[in-house]
Amino acid sequence: MSGQVDFSRALVDPNVPPPSGLRKEGGRIPSRRFNVYRNNVTVSLCDALAQTFPVVRQMVGDEFFAAMAREFVLVHPPKSPIMSGYGEEFPDFVRAFGPAASLPYLADLARLEFLQVEAFHAADAAPFEPGLLATFVSEQLADLRFRAHPATRIITSAFAVASLWFAHHGQGDLGDIDPARPETVLITRPDFAVRIYRLPQGAFPFFSSVLAGQPLGVGAQEALPGDETFDLPGALALLLESGATEAVTLEKDAEHGPI
Amino acid sequence: MRFSSVPRLPAGVGIGFKPDFFDGLVDGTHRPAFLEVHAENYMGAGGLPHFQLGRLRELYPISLHGVGLSIGGERPLDREHLNRLRLLIDRYEPASFSEHLAWSSHDVAYFNDLLPVAYNRDTLDRVCDHIDLVQEYLRCRMLLENPSTYVEFSSSTMDEVDFLAAIARRTGCGLLLDVNNVQVSCVNHRRDPFAYLDAFPVEAVGEIHLGGHAEDQDDLGDRLLIDSHDRPVDADVWVLYARLVRRMGPCATLIEWDNDVPPLAELMSEARRAGEILHAEALEKRQNTGHRA
Repeated sequence: MSGQVDFSRALVDPNVPPPSGLRKEGGRIPSRRFNVYRNNVTVSLCDALAQTFPVVRQMVGDEFFAAMAREFVLVHPPKSPIMSGYGEEFPDFVRAFGPAASLPYLADLARLEFLQVEAFHAADAAPFEPGLLATFVSEQLADLRFRAHPATRIITSAFAVASLWFAHHGQGDLGDIDPARPETVLITRPDFAVRIYRLPQGAFPFFSSVLAGQPLGVGAQEALPGDETFDLPGALALLLESGATEAVTLEKDAEHGPI
Repeated sequence: MRFSSVPRLPAGVGIGFKPDFFDGLVDGTHRPAFLEVHAENYMGAGGLPHFQLGRLRELYPISLHGVGLSIGGERPLDREHLNRLRLLIDRYEPASFSEHLAWSSHDVAYFNDLLPVAYNRDTLDRVCDHIDLVQEYLRCRMLLENPSTYVEFSSSTMDEVDFLAAIARRTGCGLLLDVNNVQVSCVNHRRDPFAYLDAFPVEAVGEIHLGGHAEDQDDLGDRLLIDSHDRPVDADVWVLYARLVRRMGPCATLIEWDNDVPPLAELMSEARRAGEILHAEALEKRQNTGHRA
């Protein structure tokens, strides 16, 4: 049996005794010494999660978060040494975590936070300059295709996740928020700072379609029929001003590449 | 394999870089001799970390310090991780690349901690093979850091200093001597830290680390030091550092402070203290050498 296999098992599972190959202390297994490693692993991984999910942590409190994170670490240890990517499975874990069931929006909030970290580390690109849209004539607008900026992310939730996130950053009062109001969230990072935009839920079909490279005309038709909260000119303006896109092409001569 | 054309860190005092320090380091308020960054924090595709490091490398020598390569691991080195390191080294041309005598991954799990290895022929062969591969792959000489440890293995047959010296001899790698780790490991395993330093192959040392540790108790109620990097350098460690510098002369020295990180000005005052010792002891060494000549 490999020494590091034994060591690893005991490291992550407190019910497994310390590995047998350790030098004894006064004839005894050095449990307290081995526990330093156990503690380092658990604490450092829980700290990494706390850094990625600060609002989730604030919402449930340090103690609850630590308990939830410890259980997550046991089931989903990181696969890579890049800690900023750790926690991709955390939102789904939170969704299934019984003790958090009274906060049904917590999982989507976790997803929003993970996407922000992704956006923070995404590749750099100059966002599309909105003024360049004037180089197209209005008959061409429906055929325009946008290429999403590498940092852009969009999610939709059955809960008011953006409002909750803003309230935890001192913008808006938690008491005024109806958590059960659906929201769509656009995340962009045109320079080095991540930006969060709260959108009505009806904006999601348009944004997800256009950001996936569908022509603007197709995206406009994706808006839910009869949804009066969706405002196409406003959505287009936000798409351009938020830095969500890095280039525009005309569908009919897409082979010429981005302008 | 020998690599001779590698730039070296200056023989002054550097600090571990944190994103909050950026402005004070770029606007000239503070001026450490070099900056050390953890390689794994710069493995994203883009964004602020790369912007900051790109700017800092124009102003400071950079020491790239890896924490996730698992050089002491039983499984083969992770080629993807080596590729990421090579990209970073090609892009930022650091003055030094260092990693640890430790393992941190097994099977598919990464433990985010520096775990100990047994000191015997088998692990020596394995670690040397891994270092040969790292140096060939990264096309540079690396520095290997002595660990802080809390347990020992009954399968160990070699002394830690002899083990490190043998690695340096066989692979041509340099050593990073963490004086805080010497204090932590020696207290934990009831060894004499002065004897450790006196036996250490200082000719291979390319960098020194200083940092803070916490104190706990082991199963027998004896002192158990924890390498926590969350407080000032301990008085005992300053004494060891002075003795080391008097023996080996000036050497690049880093103040490591990774948890409960203080404001930059406070970290710089630790760095100044190290700088005073560095210069005073190095001067004394020169004078002593002069008398003998």
